[in-house]
Amino acid sequence: MTVGTPKHRELGLTDSEYELIVEKLGRDPNDVELAMFSLLWSEHCAYKHSRKLLGRLPTEGERVVMGPGENAGAVDVGGGYAVAFKVESHNHPSAVEPFQGAATGVGGILRDVFAIGARPIAILDSLRFGELDSVRSRHLLDGAVRGIGHYGNSIGVATVGGEIYFEEPYEHNCLVNAMCIGFAKTEDMVRAAAAGPGNAIVLMGASTGRDGIGGASVLASAELDEGDDATKRPTVQIGDPFEESKLLECCLELLAKGLLVSLQDLGAAGLTSSAGEMASAGGVGIDIDVARVPLREADMEPFEIMVSESQERMLAVVEPARVAEVRAICEKWQTGSAEIGTVTESGAIRILRDGEVVGEMPVEALVDGCPLYDLEPAEPEGWIYGNRATLAEGAAPEEELLALLSSPNIASKRWAFEQYDSIVGSRTVRRPEQADAAVLNLPESGNAIAVSIDGNGRRVACDPYAGTIEAVLECAQNLACVGAEPLGLTNCLNFGNPEKPTGAWQLDRAVSGLADACNALGVPVVGGNVSLYNEGPEGPIYPTPVVALVGEVPDPSQVAGSGFVAAGDAIGLIGPFEPNLAGSELTKQRGHLDTGLPQPDVANVAAACAIVREAVRAGCLASAHDVSDGGLAVAIAECAIAGGIGCDANVEHLRERGAQPEEALFGEGTGGFLVSGDRAVLEELGAVLIGTVGGEQISIGAGDRSLSLGLDQAREAWSSLATRV
Amino acid sequence: MIWGVLQFPGSCDERDALHACEVHGDGVRLVWHESRDLDGVDGIVVPGGFSYGDYLRAGAIARFSPAMEAVAEAAAGGAPVLGICNGFQVLCEAGLLPGALLRNVELRFRCHQVDLVEEGSGDVLSIPAKHGEGRYYAPEEMLDEMEAGGQIAYRYAEGHNSNGSVRDIAGVTNERGNVLGLMPHPEHAVDPLTGSTDGLRVFDRVARVRA
Repeated sequence: MTVGTPKHRELGLTDSEYELIVEKLGRDPNDVELAMFSLLWSEHCAYKHSRKLLGRLPTEGERVVMGPGENAGAVDVGGGYAVAFKVESHNHPSAVEPFQGAATGVGGILRDVFAIGARPIAILDSLRFGELDSVRSRHLLDGAVRGIGHYGNSIGVATVGGEIYFEEPYEHNCLVNAMCIGFAKTEDMVRAAAAGPGNAIVLMGASTGRDGIGGASVLASAELDEGDDATKRPTVQIGDPFEESKLLECCLELLAKGLLVSLQDLGAAGLTSSAGEMASAGGVGIDIDVARVPLREADMEPFEIMVSESQERMLAVVEPARVAEVRAICEKWQTGSAEIGTVTESGAIRILRDGEVVGEMPVEALVDGCPLYDLEPAEPEGWIYGNRATLAEGAAPEEELLALLSSPNIASKRWAFEQYDSIVGSRTVRRPEQADAAVLNLPESGNAIAVSIDGNGRRVACDPYAGTIEAVLECAQNLACVGAEPLGLTNCLNFGNPEKPTGAWQLDRAVSGLADACNALGVPVVGGNVSLYNEGPEGPIYPTPVVALVGEVPDPSQVAGSGFVAAGDAIGLIGPFEPNLAGSELTKQRGHLDTGLPQPDVANVAAACAIVREAVRAGCLASAHDVSDGGLAVAIAECAIAGGIGCDANVEHLRERGAQPEEALFGEGTGGFLVSGDRAVLEELGAVLIGTVGGEQISIGAGDRSLSLGLDQAREAWSSLATRV
Repeated sequence: MIWGVLQFPGSCDERDALHACEVHGDGVRLVWHESRDLDGVDGIVVPGGFSYGDYLRAGAIARFSPAMEAVAEAAAGGAPVLGICNGFQVLCEAGLLPGALLRNVELRFRCHQVDLVEEGSGDVLSIPAKHGEGRYYAPEEMLDEMEAGGQIAYRYAEGHNSNGSVRDIAGVTNERGNVLGLMPHPEHAVDPLTGSTDGLRVFDRVARVRA
């Protein structure tokens, strides 16, 4: 700590925020109180730079069971069942220690989901690193993938999908966003509001140590400086999936037996935030005696106990008469439990040590008292990120297609997803890369769900508004390809510093795009997470709104795959796809990135989604795949590789949509579906017929840019990631 | 046939095994690791997962559980016992099966569909495998004896032995033939919707020794 710097500034509070705390308490806070305020008033917990913007998002819908503000959002899937889901970032811990950072990211999001009484059934993850030729990026990638696998595999929750992008602006600020899907009987779900003065507060799970102290304020709400890797390591939490596995089963048994009044996980800011949020939600007070908290180290100070981010802990409110029964079930599952406090009528959080008060704060001030800030956005002039050419101008179209297929953003991520158990739970109808979205069977409710997660930061950097709309539409298109209709959306907004005009502008425009896309599609936002300050001396990350859509599949036996199926099938293009090289993978490789994207036609994309969805549900299509990174030529190649069969296609008719041959091949944009099947059926669907499945070549006619590539050669390029990590 | 599925703290695939046993047999019961009473079941599945977090060594702690003592007695009496993945590791640790499972040769967890060749019949089964410590190992002389005694149950088909198992061994039995352990997961191959139904053949094979 720098000599002379006031403690509150070291803890990340501004002078005016500190003065507000003094005003609310009517005195100076002591160390315990200051530590707790600094965490709950951090960006990570208080959303002080984003909450005002998030009010733009639509959050209501017929199928919404739980919306924003709960540990996870949830939607009704019929038959008395609900699907809960949430995505959350663990970016800063993962940049410091990727294995534990990613592992505890998974552990944390699992707890959010079982805290509301849903059994976790699937994990997805969205990862961003610097370019693959960077040693640091490969180190972070390897650690994060191992960490996700370690936690998810060990606890027995299937990792069914995700995405990984490699872009220079993530070199020093990697992104690790983890998503969990849970499944529950709607009537068994619980909210996180403390209730019933006199009820006991029971802490369950692991003992409390010094790990993760200050993570929320010191790590997650300040820019990472160079050289931080070493100095910040002690604040990264350590995960233990075995402990969480026992805790999960224990909590679900307690809830099934109706023994808990409410339940809350301990995440960022540990006991401070979980007790504070429970008291706030219930409009009550809570007394906690830190002397009753089981510790790993005997000499911990009260403030350390209150802010510790030790993993695998849950906080429950229990009626006094049922405490013994609750603790007996904890014992059965060999998970710790301790009665550490009581619910009170005081409206205050009181921290005691052996009965002596060591901190006392009004819940309202602590949880809801943080000032919310208006942003001061300003659009930057021109492209603020770099450009690096890796592909020569004038390369042959075959060479360009191979360069795109072997791009780590487009190439198969088999190397990564095979390190994850994608099948435990026996629900996985479509494994990674078998279809555009993961499909999970729900025999209990007699249907299935599909899940997709997406967010191409490069395109959002080109135009935060249009790029964010595209991310939502990409997910919607992924769902349509497996016959799913969106039920709800969650998101994680990964951005740079919101206190800087550029960061503020990117965030502001992206949230507007998210709101407009959700309104146009009629999809409610049921939850979200915000990760700001993802920037360092080198500049900000690409603005990266990661969005995830959950949709309903009425009949999981009618789910198309993405690969071509049979020789002789017709290939068709459905939707208002207007290819453009702006922001594309090809433009990146040529080093020509600049601002600006065409504005997406949301209504027509939604209409195309409906056509494809209904066709898939009716079993009319042999395959369905959306046109995404790398454009139509890459989509065609991906369908051919996935199906193990070539094709003869021609994209010249896109000239009618204003596309030159190169744009027709590699231009990107929203709204395109590449489908295959019976010629007459495709015509009836309004598809533009562009070719026929068959052979061992991928041949695509495009005027003077026509190309032909052997299927094996394409597959080799697309499968090349494993040899380069 | 009534199956029993053991449940340890840290088991992951016990619900999948329960489902598979329901599909295969006439009923199934979950057996808690602290129970010495197998509740009159006809055959036992020791399921996959990470029993006791796989701390110390995969399967090393689970073998000392009261339920495993009961399984050892039942096995000695000729009851069919199927160990899957972590269950295979537990049975090896318990000395009910020969050999041991080491870390995969590439030192990474891997989840993928593999082809298994059933020893004897030569039939090929498509079943998923998912493990980080699945490299079967036994000394050469022991392997020769096992081969001679018909104790090799399944081998990975050519090109499918990704963990580096000796002699491509994926599954083995005890001398009597009533205890079978394998690394791939037959309980995840009982429904065409989620992949294949070839796993039921493995349950059949174990059930057949009941006599």
